Amino acid sequence: MTNEALQKLINDWIPDLEFSEEESQFLNITVKPENLHQLMSDLKSNKETSFDYLFCLSGVDWQPELGVVYHLESTTHRHIIVVKVKTTDRENPVLDTVCDIWRTAEFHEREVFDFFGIKFNNHPNLKRLFLTDEWEGFPLRKDYEDEINMVIK
Amino acid sequence: METTLIKSNFKSEEYFINMGPQHPATHGVLRLLLTIDGEIIKKVEPDLGYIHRSIEKMCERDSYQQIVHLTDRMDYLSSHINNEAVCLTVENALQLDIPDRVKVIRTILGELTRIASHTLWWGVMGMDVGALTTYFYGFRDREMINDIFEETCGARLTMNYNIPGGLMFDIHPNFVQRTKDFIKHFKTKLPEYDTLLTGNVIFQKRMKGVGILSKEDAISFGASGPVGRGSGYSCDVRKHHPYSAYDKVTFNEALKTEGDTFARYQVRIQEMWESMAIIEQLIDNIPEGDVQVATNAVIKLPKGEFYQKVETARGELGVYIISTGTKNPYRVKFRSPGFSNLSLLNHIAVGGKIGDLVASMATLDLVIPDIDR
Repeated sequence: MTNEALQKLINDWIPDLEFSEEESQFLNITVKPENLHQLMSDLKSNKETSFDYLFCLSGVDWQPELGVVYHLESTTHRHIIVVKVKTTDRENPVLDTVCDIWRTAEFHEREVFDFFGIKFNNHPNLKRLFLTDEWEGFPLRKDYEDEINMVIK
Repeated sequence: METTLIKSNFKSEEYFINMGPQHPATHGVLRLLLTIDGEIIKKVEPDLGYIHRSIEKMCERDSYQQIVHLTDRMDYLSSHINNEAVCLTVENALQLDIPDRVKVIRTILGELTRIASHTLWWGVMGMDVGALTTYFYGFRDREMINDIFEETCGARLTMNYNIPGGLMFDIHPNFVQRTKDFIKHFKTKLPEYDTLLTGNVIFQKRMKGVGILSKEDAISFGASGPVGRGSGYSCDVRKHHPYSAYDKVTFNEALKTEGDTFARYQVRIQEMWESMAIIEQLIDNIPEGDVQVATNAVIKLPKGEFYQKVETARGELGVYIISTGTKNPYRVKFRSPGFSNLSLLNHIAVGGKIGDLVASMATLDLVIPDIDR
């Protein structure tokens, strides 16, 4: 499907979706956190979209928002879409997990939790993946400071 | 009477055992926490982070030329392809027109890297399942490729031959002849791999029906590379999203549908033949021309988001760069193939024996720095 057709189809599913093709080679959708899980499971289960391959899940600190970027591809139709979700709560950011939809998300979400401190509802095993449990702070956040280990230029 | 008493007292109990971080079959510092009952595996939980260097955070501080040199410390057996991935992302963002000569040389070196990686994997995998001889055969052939790399790139492992805009310098005058010599040599040696190991009955009994991964699970777990293709999942980035000179060559995507360790093994052997076919199509037709396009000394990417995927020896590597228009990226994410391939280890190992876990891990072909980026 082309980006226009995808946008036309998906726009009817859930209210308040923001579409954008600026500054990116893919079609980007920004979704509100409360609608994230519904949109994601529709994107996978709908026969016309069938995004069955989550090939990249990245945490991003946009300052002041924290969020997650999902890169999805369909192995049958070979189209690609990017879904973004943002939250302004930096103290206790919580999003819904998608690891019941794509099992690869389990590890990727643990990595995001480890480095950005974003918690995922209903995640089966949410704990730090790389760092030790007693590590303070979340290193990939832009406001993270570590005077001993970081070389600041 | 006696025996029933003993039977009723004989309790089975689950317990933990540590595999690694120094276990030879983990090929690096990966620690696996196994929950086992007797010798049956109930759960495998990887414990990561022993060599995490936070390359993604370092990238936010570095210039785009510097980032290239960090990437070959991720999957060091695919270092050339990792470098290429970052260079392609930057070049696409700057909309540079890369000369055909660069594209062809990059493709040839990429396929040589793949053969070098697979020969090493073959040697080490044989050793993991108890066939020590394979190690020496694999390293003998890999050595020839490393010599070619050394002559042209100046390094044997972390080549750093790609720069944004092209190649660091032109190929060595001996490059074409030595590559041809290697192909000629390897065509006689690769069948030896089959006679030595593939057809071996003991080896086949060890591998067949072990660590089965279905196609649906392969897609759901984000498997890529030979791990996905061993389950019949067509996931070759070179076919679906061609880059460099892959749209100019014909090759077959190695696919097997069994999904067990032996299928993944066969895919890699087949891939070595395909890589040789790709090199043969290109080696006599390297176009003349420049090996670099001039870029600014300080590269600034336009504001926006850029994504590039390439096929390394292990699978799909993705480079995701968010730029705000400055000389440093705002955020870099490396989607490494080993990370997703490791996440399915628990799924394929549960219910098997510890020996099967070693065979499964050997055919996942994990490189730990690729996971601990």
